Amino acid sequence: MQGLHIHGIHHAYGETAVLENVSLTVPAGELVCLLGPSGCGKTTLLRVAAGLEKLQTGSITIDDTVVAEPGLELPPEERKIGFMFQDYALFPHLTIRENVSFGLFRQSKRAAHERAMEMLHQVGLDHYAEDFPHTLSGGQQQRVALARALAPAPRLLLLDEPFSGLDTNMRARIRDETLNMLKQTNVATLMVTHDPREAMYMSDRIKVMGANGQVLQSGRPVDIYYKPVDEYVARLFGPVNVIQGSVCQGGLETSFGRYPADEIGDGGDMRVLIRLEGVSLHNGAATPGDAPVEVLSAHLLGDSSIVHIRFKEGANQGLEIRARVHGSFDPTESGEVWARVDPRCVFQYAGTPS
Amino acid sequence: MTLQSSQGAAPRPRRNGVGRSWGWWDGWTVGALVIAGLAVLPILAVILIAFTPGDDIWSHLASTVLPGYIVTTLELMAGVGAGTLLIGVSAAWLVTMCRFPGRRIFEWAMLLPMAMPAYVIAYVYTDLLEFAGPLQAMLREMFGWSSKRDYWFPEIRSTGGAMAMLTLVLYPYVYLLARAAFLEQSVGVLEASRSLGRGPWRSFFTVALPMARPGIVIGISFALMETLNDFGTVDFFAVNTFTQGIFDVWMNMNNIAGAAQLATVLLLFVAVIVLSERYARRKQRFHNTTSKYQPLPAYRLRGGIALLATGFCTVVVTLGFLLPTFVLLAYARQYFDPVLALEISAHAANSVQLSALAGVIAMLVAIVVAYSVRIKGGPLLRAVGRMAGFGYAVPGAVLAVGVMVTLGQVDNRLDGFMRDSFGISTGLLFSGTIAAVTFGYLVRFLALSLGTVEAGLGKITPSMDGASRNLGRGALATMYRVHLPLMRGSVLTAVLLVFVDCMKELPMTIILRPFNFQTLATFVHQYASDEQLGEAALAALSIVAVGILPVIILSLVIARSRPGAGAAMGGDH
Repeated sequence: MQGLHIHGIHHAYGETAVLENVSLTVPAGELVCLLGPSGCGKTTLLRVAAGLEKLQTGSITIDDTVVAEPGLELPPEERKIGFMFQDYALFPHLTIRENVSFGLFRQSKRAAHERAMEMLHQVGLDHYAEDFPHTLSGGQQQRVALARALAPAPRLLLLDEPFSGLDTNMRARIRDETLNMLKQTNVATLMVTHDPREAMYMSDRIKVMGANGQVLQSGRPVDIYYKPVDEYVARLFGPVNVIQGSVCQGGLETSFGRYPADEIGDGGDMRVLIRLEGVSLHNGAATPGDAPVEVLSAHLLGDSSIVHIRFKEGANQGLEIRARVHGSFDPTESGEVWARVDPRCVFQYAGTPS
Repeated sequence: MTLQSSQGAAPRPRRNGVGRSWGWWDGWTVGALVIAGLAVLPILAVILIAFTPGDDIWSHLASTVLPGYIVTTLELMAGVGAGTLLIGVSAAWLVTMCRFPGRRIFEWAMLLPMAMPAYVIAYVYTDLLEFAGPLQAMLREMFGWSSKRDYWFPEIRSTGGAMAMLTLVLYPYVYLLARAAFLEQSVGVLEASRSLGRGPWRSFFTVALPMARPGIVIGISFALMETLNDFGTVDFFAVNTFTQGIFDVWMNMNNIAGAAQLATVLLLFVAVIVLSERYARRKQRFHNTTSKYQPLPAYRLRGGIALLATGFCTVVVTLGFLLPTFVLLAYARQYFDPVLALEISAHAANSVQLSALAGVIAMLVAIVVAYSVRIKGGPLLRAVGRMAGFGYAVPGAVLAVGVMVTLGQVDNRLDGFMRDSFGISTGLLFSGTIAAVTFGYLVRFLALSLGTVEAGLGKITPSMDGASRNLGRGALATMYRVHLPLMRGSVLTAVLLVFVDCMKELPMTIILRPFNFQTLATFVHQYASDEQLGEAALAALSIVAVGILPVIILSLVIARSRPGAGAAMGGDH
């Protein structure tokens, strides 16, 4: 199979395990994101794949060639893997062009020069070819690093927190540019990030990793967003409202209606999580399932508002929750306000918070 | 780290990969261990000899000279510590935080006295200030005094005089580190202090100074280490410090054990200084709390205050550098003699060859140690790296005793072995040779090249290694294409720093040199001690001229250093 195939990787520093039985596949042309908290071993996985860290258990295959398994370690320079480092690691003593052509030494000087210039043109930095890295802005340095990693046409590209060094405004733009470039080159890409929005935006598939280096869930962004396997994964993608209660007659009664709890016996604890954006508000005619609420306050964020509401009746009477609604929300408008929840944004889990 | 064996898999043909190169790195570890071992050997030898029971001179020393040595050494340390603190911190504050005429020049000119070995300045001022010197002669002329009884004049050849001499040439250590500390301070805290109602002076004493304290302590530690190391000045002034005592017991009483015992007590002094330096360094890390830097405020001094600031800096640089240089220049012209010049050039050649040899070897050795720490890491190798640099804190006289004892042992063992096995006597192979002097220099100055090479290597982030490897370059190509070009500056600096310090070095050279072998330093010492400063002036000037080189480098670093960058070189001294 084309692309990267990682199988059964364990990794530990001394006694501390940082990767536990991690397996993943990145087909050619796909971008897979490793999403997880800092220190969860994401970067270690990239380094093991690149050959910068010694493999301990498991195997790594790229385009059907085994590059690492116990007893065999292809050195990094023979793996044909592009690696973009979090700090970019541009060589300060080389010009931008020399940086980009650093990996092109097997080609003729002229071919290398042309390729480097072509890459620089693609990232829009051909005017800076003879400048030195320290004269560039953070965003420009990032693009040089990307051009350098892609110049030798690697079979696989590894990106380690590629946008963390950029400020918020620039990040969105550079992210778009990078994505375009990757889709053009059709290279298999494995990216590491701790930013869920970035992961959703960039990737074809996401692997969510826990603090101990185990894979918690993998799938398309839409699967993970709407079907999180547990509360941790659910909370990763944004704040949630929690309704907690005891199961009674095979379900939990809420002001929004009844949620079945087949696996939890009567009297067991159950938690219902509702994404803020899953709660919508309207003041028209009520439909079944809508709950009458009192609006406490509204905070405009720009494209959306956070509205604090309180249930007026039902099982959760008096409970305050938050809703994220589009645009601005005027709490002074008269009339009954109703809350409605999008069932795709509601998740049920057993137990109490730890 | 080698989990491969635990896998139990059938051994496959291993590609020329990481696995094998790791085996190769182990050579680095062994190299680093051997180097560190050799570097601490002389120090251990001194302690060992000191505790070996022999003819008991210790009780004799303890009841006669020892209390004097301790008191004098403490006095000298207190004086130099206070002096360098006062001059170094004031100069650093004025130059970094205030604006007054000549500030830009003083920024680097305050470093010039570093080029002046303490013993040279001591000879010059003795010549100027003694009874027969021009100053007292002038005073007698002016006031009509005829003899020593008619007036009081401070005696330069005294403990106070030694304090003054050492302070004048050692304050730049404090200046450098205090300046770096002030530069690193966030302007924010000073502004906060001002906004809370404290004036510039109170802000200085309550905010800036406490924050710079770790840097200042490090600077003073360096100055005190140099004070303990000094031999030329205290010998010439007949100030009975430990170093002086070690020479006395070693050379005049010919008692190795006694010298080693004194040296061991001196090592305790050193240990206290080193510990306080380390402590300050640990604290220093917490003192840089912000990564946001703004241009420093500039208190524009006016009128009389500005004049005072300019005057203060001028006087310090004049006393520490300009006046002595001028006197030496005048003497060198007056006493110029082609025959003497020829003799001096031969000594200069000795000095240059010896120092260059030590500089290059120290650089190579430092590269081995720094690379093994980088590649293998781990607490053991980091400890080894620190051990290899330990000699820098140890006074030259102590190290000389240690080297002498160590090489003597080696020579005796080798001679005995060769005689027993082959009936050949090898005699003294190492003792009293160039090799002995070079070994001494290496042990003492390795820390300089080690610090410089490590700092250079630190600028190459591990990601750069990774980037190069992933772009298809092997380990050696990475070293050649990435490390070497980035390290060139630090490697040259490493050689230069050791070279310059070896050129100035006196106590070890005197003890360890071959019979009748002169370097510039020993020549100057010999002639100036015989009150023939005129004849020694040319050689002394040559030493000063060489000493200017690192001052130029430091000035360039300072010129380039912006807030946040600090004076990185400061830490190497």
